[in-house]
Amino acid sequence: MISVLFFAKYREQLGTAKICIESSELAAENLTVAELKAHLSQRGDLWATVLNAENTLCAVNQDIADSACFIREGDEVAFYPPVTGG
Amino acid sequence: MHSLVRVSADDFDVGAECDALRALSRRSGAIAQFVGVMRDSNQGDDVLTMELEHYPGMTERRISEIIERAAARWPILAATVIHRVGLLHPQDQIVFVGVSAGHRHDAFQACEFIMDFLKTEAPFWKKERTPSGERWVDARDTDQQALARWQTEKA
Repeated sequence: MISVLFFAKYREQLGTAKICIESSELAAENLTVAELKAHLSQRGDLWATVLNAENTLCAVNQDIADSACFIREGDEVAFYPPVTGG
Repeated sequence: MHSLVRVSADDFDVGAECDALRALSRRSGAIAQFVGVMRDSNQGDDVLTMELEHYPGMTERRISEIIERAAARWPILAATVIHRVGLLHPQDQIVFVGVSAGHRHDAFQACEFIMDFLKTEAPFWKKERTPSGERWVDARDTDQQALARWQTEKA
């Protein structure tokens, strides 16, 4: 299972803070961030828009990740907009 | 190097944090501090309150890592970063960065470095409530541009 978290504006737009994806749902055992985005984009236009926005950031296991980063069973993935702390 | 990172809804006492930094090392000759405060306006609109969201766990890790990068660049003795989350009002303290070093130049530089990277890398998000409704604050280009000098300037 993979956990996928959404924060801030994306959490509100998608109406969820966290989803869990069973490995059986996925085509490959090890997939990239780009492939996870493509998988989740099938959920609808809003998902596709949020996930594929140019400035959407991603973290895998709480480390910043690019679209080529591999995701493995048990990983925690997060998608979030540019940060505005401080 | 002593490092303290705290993310909490609670307010902080700048004097107490400074005392704590001062007590950590007899070699310290300078403590530089920054306090971020909530403004009552943004982009021409009144801001009534602000809600700060973060990514628990990752936030603390990112800030710790930024402090380590600062410590690799300047000979600092200790650093404290405190960031508040939850509901805030104008004039509330938001963030504290305190750096102790042997000399002021290193303390000032490391303090600014930590703050500049916190603003662009630590996963916090602000939502403002204005008289016309709520809105998420957009990231500023100027915050990204502020990083440029750390790529060219020598410590």
